[in-house]
Amino acid sequence: MTEQPIDVLIIGAGASGAAVAWSLAETRMRIVCLEQGDMMKPADYPSTGRDWEARGQSDFAISPNQRRLAADYPIAEEDSPIKVANYNGVGGGTVLYAGHFPRFHPSDFRVNSLDGVADDWPIDCATLAPHYAENDRMMGVAGLPGDPAYPGDNVKRMPPLPLGKSGEAIARGFNKLNWHWWPSDTAIATEPYDGRDKCINLGACVSGCAQGAKASTDITYWPHAIRAGVELRTRCRVREITVDADGMATGVIYYDGDGVEQALQAHVVVLACNGVGTPRILLNSKSTAFPDGLANSSGLVGRNLMFHPYASIMGVFDEALDGYKGPGKCIRSQEFYETDAARDFVRGYTFEIHRGFGPVSTALMGLQRGRIPWGVGHHQAFRGLFNRIAGMVAICEDLPEEHNRVTLDPELTDSDGIPAPKISYTLSQNSRKMMDHAIERGSEVLRAAGARDIMTQAPISYGGWHLMGTARMGLDPARSVVNDWGRSHDVKNLFVVDGSIFVTSAGVNPTRTIQALALYIAEQMKQRLANLFD
Amino acid sequence: MGDQHSTDAAGESFTAEETQALKTLVEMIIPASQEYGLPSAGDTAIFTDILATARSQQVEVSTALSALDEVSQDCQDGDFGALPLDQDVLAGVAETFRQRHPAEAGLLAAITAQCYYRDDRVMRALDMEARPPHPLGYTLNQGDWSLLDPVRDRPEFFRKTP
Ligand SMILES: Cc1cc2nc3c(=O)[nH]c(=O)nc-3n(C[C@H](O)[C@H](O)[C@H](O)COP(=O)(O)OP(=O)(O)OC[C@H]3O[C@@H](n4cnc5c(N)ncnc54)[C@H](O)[C@@H]3O)c2cc1C
Ligand code: SF4
Repeated sequence: MTEQPIDVLIIGAGASGAAVAWSLAETRMRIVCLEQGDMMKPADYPSTGRDWEARGQSDFAISPNQRRLAADYPIAEEDSPIKVANYNGVGGGTVLYAGHFPRFHPSDFRVNSLDGVADDWPIDCATLAPHYAENDRMMGVAGLPGDPAYPGDNVKRMPPLPLGKSGEAIARGFNKLNWHWWPSDTAIATEPYDGRDKCINLGACVSGCAQGAKASTDITYWPHAIRAGVELRTRCRVREITVDADGMATGVIYYDGDGVEQALQAHVVVLACNGVGTPRILLNSKSTAFPDGLANSSGLVGRNLMFHPYASIMGVFDEALDGYKGPGKCIRSQEFYETDAARDFVRGYTFEIHRGFGPVSTALMGLQRGRIPWGVGHHQAFRGLFNRIAGMVAICEDLPEEHNRVTLDPELTDSDGIPAPKISYTLSQNSRKMMDHAIERGSEVLRAAGARDIMTQAPISYGGWHLMGTARMGLDPARSVVNDWGRSHDVKNLFVVDGSIFVTSAGVNPTRTIQALALYIAEQMKQRLANLFD
Repeated sequence: MGDQHSTDAAGESFTAEETQALKTLVEMIIPASQEYGLPSAGDTAIFTDILATARSQQVEVSTALSALDEVSQDCQDGDFGALPLDQDVLAGVAETFRQRHPAEAGLLAAITAQCYYRDDRVMRALDMEARPPHPLGYTLNQGDWSLLDPVRDRPEFFRKTP
């Protein structure tokens, strides 16, 4: 039996899908969200068991190619030095994210005007300001007003996460060099918030927060959206978006949990599948009218993939630090955030301080990096590292380059037979120089903080957790996929709200901005309901 | 290869030779320590955990163990599990195994570490409570927030937009 057409169909229940669903719910339209994964069960998260660190390498691994759960789709990534990290389930990547939650700066929207590279965004920071605020209210943000790296940083938040011993040690290093640092904004409740309990320092944020303190959208937006009438259907994997003779989207074809093909018609389709999942669906949606994939008259669907190359700089200290206790995040530094003509690269990066590691991660790191031997000497070397490693990662701004892209793999498919995405990505010279700079400066901080040994890695090969740019926003239909309020230039009832629409990546984690954009686009849709397709 | 198997509920199994080679290897990777009062990774309880974990990656682990045997045949003319328990001999073979098959060696070392460092005795010896993180969590000191004073005094330094 074919269902009646619904008003709005959202594909993907992650960071942005949840936000747009909640915001549109007040219109009282019939809204259905199709999500390929399951509803999460926090009581089963790894931190509830003794094998919590091991599960971070199996059913809660950050790589879908390693996790290989029923909800996952494979990704061909041999042609990329950075591998994709994601989570496919209600909450999307926020189930596993660390909750480091900085905003963009005004300068991040004007990269071309300021530095003559990439493009400016068609919107600015002020446009997003009310939506940042609304998203902060829905997610719950901890932090401290007054950061001199941001203009007018006076918004009250929950108290910041504790500095702890690790934050304190590294803050001393920054102070010795007279460099900027500030308590990180985090999407982690440091006091009870919206029915969620406060952080109790489990230290397992990147394998799901069993306490419910970390703001993943399955426990923030979704309960509100569902109460407001949005229908969320899990285990529904969308194969393609269908179109009519006029080139308007008519709905989707998807596979249900039993692998049975289903169709759902809708007046409006919203894509929220992230910077890899969204171009995959668009490229899989070929038709006579759209032979190169849907919404792709610019040829830019899948192009300009940005990851944020990460450099990791970890120090070994003589004194015991926090180790596995507490959220991995605590403070950040933006001393090297903006372009400096004296350097040999443009743009910059944020240092995100990392508090420490559990015993298994410590052992693995030591074994892999030759700091812990096999056999005699294991125990002594392990003790020299356990609870004694802390450091930072540098989130380097990745500039858009058309050859960095998501295409469809000619052979690889998921369990429903849908062609899988293929990643082709190379690191630019600019990124390499930026990472080198970050390693030098980060090592200086750690030495100033008292580290006796420094371990570095760049790029972090498994660190493709920020997926951006593959359906970029812009005013010119020849140079962008969606317009300045997220609507496809080619298909007037098709919207994209996830990280795909980023024009540039900034040097900060993207999720707060992804969600602010999703709320902004939802607001635009609500304001234009009478003439949405004009 | 013999026909004795160590089988789990799902019916997956390692041969007796594979089991012996794995036990010898994990004992070599993490030996017992009198100084720290620690068992080796071949201790009965820990090795039972290692075997159960290895079974969930049966194919990869068996491949790694046959690579280990190949190296052992090359260096010592015998399967790894059948070698004399001479630390120098075992360490020599293990080192060649790591050089020739880093991914396979890494897998076996990872399984060993995962199981070893969740054993009650090992955790207690590290001054950890032998329990999962949830639901009790941990205490974290606030730290010295006065460290932020010099940064608070710094003028705003973000870049102005045109
Ligand atoms: C380990 C890790 C750590 C991270 N740490 C941080 C951090 O500290 N700070 C930060 O800002 N960001 C962090 N991120 C990134 C963050 O998770 C993402 O930026 C964010 O989740 C992206 O939101 P999105 O809406 O674009 O997509 P997602 O949240 O990825 O949601 C996409 C959803 O679409 C679904 N989907 C995809 N294809 C289909 C289909 N064909 N049919 C049906 N459903 C589909 C997926 O299952 C998924 O649930 C981290 C990510 C990871 C993996
Ligand atoms: S440290 Fe805090 S936020 Fe992270 S998992 Fe534990 S309770 Fe959740």
